[in-house]
Amino acid sequence: MKVAITSSGKTGSSKIDNRFGRCAYFAIHDLESDKTEFIKNPNKDVNEGAGPAAAQLIASQGVKKIISGEFGGKVKTILEDLQIQMIMVNGPEQTVEELIRLMTTR
Amino acid sequence: MKIAVASGKGGTGKTLLATNLFNVIQQSGYAVDLIDCDAEEPNDQQFIKGKLQGQQLVTQNIPVIDKDRCTFCGKCQEFCQYNAIIIVRSHQHIRVFEDLCHDCGACGYACQSGAISWQAKTTGTLTTYEYNQHSLLVEGRIAVGVYSSVPLISQAIKGAKPEQITILDAPPGTSCPFIATVNEADFVVLVTEPTPFGLNDLRLSVQALQHLNIPFGVVINRGGLGNQDVHRFLTENKLPLLDEIPFDRRIAQLYSEGELITNNISAYNKQFQELFIRIKKQIEHDRDSHT
Repeated sequence: MKVAITSSGKTGSSKIDNRFGRCAYFAIHDLESDKTEFIKNPNKDVNEGAGPAAAQLIASQGVKKIISGEFGGKVKTILEDLQIQMIMVNGPEQTVEELIRLMTTR
Repeated sequence: MKIAVASGKGGTGKTLLATNLFNVIQQSGYAVDLIDCDAEEPNDQQFIKGKLQGQQLVTQNIPVIDKDRCTFCGKCQEFCQYNAIIIVRSHQHIRVFEDLCHDCGACGYACQSGAISWQAKTTGTLTTYEYNQHSLLVEGRIAVGVYSSVPLISQAIKGAKPEQITILDAPPGTSCPFIATVNEADFVVLVTEPTPFGLNDLRLSVQALQHLNIPFGVVINRGGLGNQDVHRFLTENKLPLLDEIPFDRRIAQLYSEGELITNNISAYNKQFQELFIRIKKQIEHDRDSHT
């Protein structure tokens, strides 16, 4: 299963980016192969509709769970329709590696 | 001829200026219409009381996708510059976001399989009041929950008669609804107040108008308040100061009662008549210096 994390940079030590649609990178982690791929968010600076476009991107990658700081109203409706689970992370900002470790040791 | 009354900052006196200008212009015997473009909270009608003449619903087209015909090719999503259509081919998923749609029609051109048809969505109303035989008030009012007032404003201004004077009461700010209004004007009266907030937002609106190359003049409302920085800004940048309306408790009181100061205080009637003459001269001056 693939899990996406909105990331502020392109390495495992990057902190989570709390914005979903306008995050810098998407870290896409494959739990089976234990590999993480970083995809630059092409819609970071679009005028409108960054959220829906980001949802489209991660869905096309076959992601089943998405971890971010927050999700907007439009995004929620798409992700619900596509049955992609949204996980909101609050509190101190964690790195992509730390979040992956939390997922895998659970 | 279209004259827009605008300001960067809200609450500087756009409606005061627009309604009283309209009043003295119609008193002078000109045919003049007033269009309330502040569609998110129109209130000219509280001061200009005319007879209800008609109401028109303003709609925009929203694409509707026939999922049986859709091949999920992704062309419509690619054509849409506003991310209003989202397709996930692997999930056979397609969705239209009405709020993001700008009614440009590009998705209709993009679709090769005839899967797109159109549905009208009401974005607001245009209400027309007859003030007298030669003068109308047109009020644009956006429907609750509609994302942008721009299409409604454009529609309202489209009805302006080219042969006569039209006053456009612009929405506050310097974003899209402001641009949609002033862009249609031959001249803009920028209302400001002599405070740091007034100056900050005046600067922004001056920059926008200079960029759009639309001639304008400035009216300072609540003169005597604040400081001299707005005057200094106008002098330094050689911007025309058209008039200054004093900070006067009587104005606030009449305004709060829905009354026009030009109908109740003769000195203000005279001042607005002179302001109108000055605006006309400024328009002629700008026209001459352009040709």
